[in-house]
Amino acid sequence: MQKHASSYAHIRENPRFQALVKKRNRYAFRMSAMVVLAYFSYIFLIAFRPDWMALPVVDGLTVTLGLPLGLGVIALTVALTVIYVRRANREFDVETAEIRRQALKCPRS
Amino acid sequence: MSKIVKFLLLAGALLGVAGLAFAASASGSGVRQPTNWSAISTFLFFVGLTLWMTRLATARSRSSADFYAGGGGVSGFQNGLAIAGDYMSAASLLGISGLVFVSGFDGLIFSIGWLVGWPVITFLMAERLRNLGKFTFADVAAYRFSQKPVRTFAALGSLAVVLFYMIAQMVGAGQLVKILFGLEYAYSVIMVGIVMMMYVLLGGMTSTTWVMINKAVLLLFGTSLMALLVLFRFDFNPDALFSRATDLHRLKDALMAPGGLIKDPVSAISVGMALMFGTAGLPHILMRFFTVPNAREARKSVAWATAWIAFFYVLTFIIGFGAIVSLVPYPAEYYVGGRIGNGLQGGSNMAAVHLAHVLGGDLFLGFIAAVAFTTILAVVAGLTLSGASAVSHDLYATVLCKGVVTSEKERLVSKMTTFMLGVIAVALGILFEHENVAYMVMLAFSIACSANFPVLFMAVLWKDCTTRGVTAGGFIGLITALLLTVLSPAVWERVLGNASGSALFPYASPAIFSMPLAFFSIWCISVLDKSAQAEKERALFLDQLIRSETGLGASVARSH
Repeated sequence: MQKHASSYAHIRENPRFQALVKKRNRYAFRMSAMVVLAYFSYIFLIAFRPDWMALPVVDGLTVTLGLPLGLGVIALTVALTVIYVRRANREFDVETAEIRRQALKCPRS
Repeated sequence: MSKIVKFLLLAGALLGVAGLAFAASASGSGVRQPTNWSAISTFLFFVGLTLWMTRLATARSRSSADFYAGGGGVSGFQNGLAIAGDYMSAASLLGISGLVFVSGFDGLIFSIGWLVGWPVITFLMAERLRNLGKFTFADVAAYRFSQKPVRTFAALGSLAVVLFYMIAQMVGAGQLVKILFGLEYAYSVIMVGIVMMMYVLLGGMTSTTWVMINKAVLLLFGTSLMALLVLFRFDFNPDALFSRATDLHRLKDALMAPGGLIKDPVSAISVGMALMFGTAGLPHILMRFFTVPNAREARKSVAWATAWIAFFYVLTFIIGFGAIVSLVPYPAEYYVGGRIGNGLQGGSNMAAVHLAHVLGGDLFLGFIAAVAFTTILAVVAGLTLSGASAVSHDLYATVLCKGVVTSEKERLVSKMTTFMLGVIAVALGILFEHENVAYMVMLAFSIACSANFPVLFMAVLWKDCTTRGVTAGGFIGLITALLLTVLSPAVWERVLGNASGSALFPYASPAIFSMPLAFFSIWCISVLDKSAQAEKERALFLDQLIRSETGLGASVARSH
């Protein structure tokens, strides 16, 4: 850490860094909340309404409601991950790189 | 020791297993199946081929990658496959298909639960881990705290999780060897233990990344093929598959409804929590984030891993139903004593293996058995590596020797730990013979989500966290989870043989109690901690934040 002491000092006072961290964390927590919500809705349905989950999707089919809902949770999980990674790699990484470059270029003396 | 010698030793150990199998089957004890030579030779061929390919890959990376030190780093796609390979253990293939085979729908709960932990890691942990860590997850947990107590906790937490995870792998491999070679179960587990230890000690550790990539590809190929063959028989109409399965299965229509395995709401929520949050506390998975060059690749690798794992879990669900429709009509061939009431030969964990026999005869059986076996070998190698580095790097080098230690000494401790882990895993593997391996892994997840996950989460994301908070809170979570697990019906009644209904803790997983308790303890003790040390640690949070967000000063990638 010593090697980067001046860069750290620079970043600490860089308002762009604070803003980026705030924006990113809000986004990451919101995305996590969506997954947690979807998954635990599913788990709560299993826990408290198992009969409803066992209804056939359409009369005459064996597939029960729980199955497409479960596959939906799986699909949502993958989709949200892809969306997050794209945004992080395109938007956040560029900003992080910019903050790092500034910090390394003009160390305070 | 030269590479050739090591390889010969490994091959010798495998032949030893085969020889013992021959001896055991020749003595004709018990009512096991006749020795299936075409399946065995296919099995040995594919296991040998994987090991040989691994050796080739290791030989190429050996020059740069030492036991610990940094290597070139792997790309996000490669690491994604490696993470998936590390995660898709025997429990996933054998365990989930076995759960579906017995309980139907509830197997899907495990599939989904084991997947939804990944986005949480991606969004909140992956790049922070990459930027803060170096060798083990303890580097991250102890980043701004006093090293000794936090590392001691992290090492013990890792060992507990690794051990439970390893039991599941031993049970899976033991039953596999048992039905394939016709050995007694106890001998099978001992043989498996010997092969595993040789594999790990003789070089399997140096480049686990390549082993993982290798087996991930094989496993995805094998399971895709099985699922396709199952669906092909039903003209790719899943409903026809499910409808045939409900006709045949003893649960009838309840097969497609929740409740086959997890009976009460508390257990359902508890298992749900363990499955989701446990992933972020698995030491061998967390280690994989230190192998990529930067946060960007870390993110990409979890995205790839998530996609592969999702695909794989949907397949295991189909395979489980495939096993129902393919095995139940032939009790004479696949059930103990030819009676469905006696259960599958080798236990329900072997449903996928028997299914392979129905679908493609002895050769496919040998192939799938080899895929499952190399999967187990590779996962155990990854587990052992993380357990051994927890002891050698965290406990021995940092805590006991205060960082003053030669790398030879550290490696020696690491090898001794590997040996001890192997012995304990064999003993427990024999004890836990009748458990479903997916269920066993869920117990490992319960411990991970109650001990390692809260500590890591709070240390990285919460400013006011202190050494006392994470250490005490972590230990409270760890001990509660372990205690409640031992007192639960799965261990207290089924393993320790106490009377049915005597278990003090009636639920399937302790997570619903132990995980919130750990978080609360960490919060509470940290808030109450008014020491000067605590103030210093809180002040260090900003620098930790800068490094975790920007990667400035982060370690270079290392190779496992």
